[in-house]
Amino acid sequence: MTTTGSLVVTDLRVEFDGFVAVGGVSFDAHPGEVRFLIGPNGAGKTTCIDAITGLSKGSGSVKLGDQELLGTSVNKIVRLGVGRTFQTASVFEQLSVLQNLDIAAGLHRSSLSLLRARRGIEPAIESALEETGLSTERETPAGILSHGQKQWLEIGMMLVQEPRALLLDEPVAGMSQDERTATGELLQRIAQRRIVLVVEHDMDFMRRYASRVTVLHQGKVLSEGAVAQVQADPKVQEVYLGTAGAATTAAMLAVPDGATATTDSITQGEGA
Amino acid sequence: MTKLKPWLPLIGIGVFAVLLLVVAPAVLSMHWINNLGKYCCWAIVAVGIGLAWGRGGMLVLGQGVFFGLGAYTMAMHLTLETAGPGSLPVFMILYDPSAPLPAFWEPFRSDAFTLVAIVLLPVIVASILGYALFKRRVKGAYFAILTQALAVALAVLISSTIRETGGDTGLSDFKYFFGFVLDDDANKIMVFMIAAALLIVCLLVVWQLGRSRFGELLIATRDAEERVRFLGYDPANIKLVAFVVAAVMASIAGAMFVPIVGIITPAEIGASASILMIAGVALGGRASLFGPALGAMAIGWGQSSLGSSWPSGWIYILGLVFILVTLFLPMGLSSLSGRAKSLVWRSRTAATAPAAASAPVLEEVKK
Repeated sequence: MTTTGSLVVTDLRVEFDGFVAVGGVSFDAHPGEVRFLIGPNGAGKTTCIDAITGLSKGSGSVKLGDQELLGTSVNKIVRLGVGRTFQTASVFEQLSVLQNLDIAAGLHRSSLSLLRARRGIEPAIESALEETGLSTERETPAGILSHGQKQWLEIGMMLVQEPRALLLDEPVAGMSQDERTATGELLQRIAQRRIVLVVEHDMDFMRRYASRVTVLHQGKVLSEGAVAQVQADPKVQEVYLGTAGAATTAAMLAVPDGATATTDSITQGEGA
Repeated sequence: MTKLKPWLPLIGIGVFAVLLLVVAPAVLSMHWINNLGKYCCWAIVAVGIGLAWGRGGMLVLGQGVFFGLGAYTMAMHLTLETAGPGSLPVFMILYDPSAPLPAFWEPFRSDAFTLVAIVLLPVIVASILGYALFKRRVKGAYFAILTQALAVALAVLISSTIRETGGDTGLSDFKYFFGFVLDDDANKIMVFMIAAALLIVCLLVVWQLGRSRFGELLIATRDAEERVRFLGYDPANIKLVAFVVAAVMASIAGAMFVPIVGIITPAEIGASASILMIAGVALGGRASLFGPALGAMAIGWGQSSLGSSWPSGWIYILGLVFILVTLFLPMGLSSLSGRAKSLVWRSRTAATAPAAASAPVLEEVKK
């Protein structure tokens, strides 16, 4: 299961002009699990992802297997096998779905082969089209895809790069319920062989698909563990009560019927 | 039709080649052949700008620098060739008959060195400049201003070094072009044919780059540079390639401009000249294949016909055209066909839409 190695973040700190956005965060993510990073607005979730992918400067250590990622440039981190998506889908709107995927798949091509036109479709691209359900949209300009399809295209663009770790920043924001389900199942399929780390606001989505969760608050790890464990943590409840208002809290605390039994057993075990 | 579509641009280039290389020499007078040769040179610069600006998003406001590199390389060679082996160019003798030839002139006596320098000099200069700028992520207006400033700087440098470069008067009175007497109609047609053929070659290069994976990557970089970085590419390298190719094209254009026009001065490479090079591209359509070339040729034609018969009015007409195009056709005249297509499409769908919309109204009337 751990053939590709894990993503291990140790004491990650990110500062912007003296403001500590992330102050000593440690967590790890293994292949085979859908790992969630949650927390109220401003908790530093996206900043963590930014630091891992080289967009923001951070100190501490981020290791993928034996490879240290901090201090490496953005494009080299991608080549080491870390892919990411953004809060707002950022696909190349002028290019077709196929062209988007083809560009994404090209990072290991030689410079000279770039001068030739594309002929045929590579197997990796074909399977990414199938996986994300975009097979029928291959000639569509990415700009006119629906919001959900754009996010899937982004995920597809990561898949064709054959990354070891996929970092997704709020992948289901603005999606319909059906699209969320499809995305969640897609992530679970992807996670079978890879590290999947998801930053999310949506508690329901987190509950349904997370295998382990880390809660961030004001740049620090507040709680960590299985979904039920984290939900039962009084510190987590306090943060969501205190800062994010009643709506989020209700969503956070509402446990779906099916999950109640398991939740209780874990809570009891941990609480002792 | 769908099978033919990817090859339409190639057919277009073929037609363009026949017009320039077969039809034009047969029907045009020597005066207009010479003018057309000049337009071809501007068109070559424009094709490069179309690549760098239209597809790569780099507003290169200082292509005069590379145009000047090529032009002065060629002009120095032709000046030395005209002066003959071992002798000084005429303008240098006027200043100081006993002064030796400046050392940097000496290699340009060689035909081969000159030809290599025309291609290699812009590669070196554009690579260093582009590397420094793109790695530091200089872009947008800052990039445009910087390139523009370089064009001004080069023009000023040449103006202020009269003894070495001929200064504001420039270099002129070339008699030979690699052994051919320039004051001969057959040779003039040959020089025109070389310029036209080079234009065709540049169009072919940009066409191939456009349909290649590099072309897709360049557009992707233009539209979302940061995103490209997250796909594992360094956008600086992608932009650098387009910038260097554009620079080489400008240099080749400058080199052909010299034997065709017969004079090169700093005014041809300075700020306003560089902006005129951009103007043609904007007019024709920066992101299209033929737009930049045709736009530049149109501006060139306007300048030599209207510009000479009505110089005060020409600049206003140019300004007006420029304003109208940027207001109503931001992607240039070449976007007209696309606009027309979408208009036809809209009117077709509109024809069916009112029928549906009018139905409820009729029912209301009945009530």
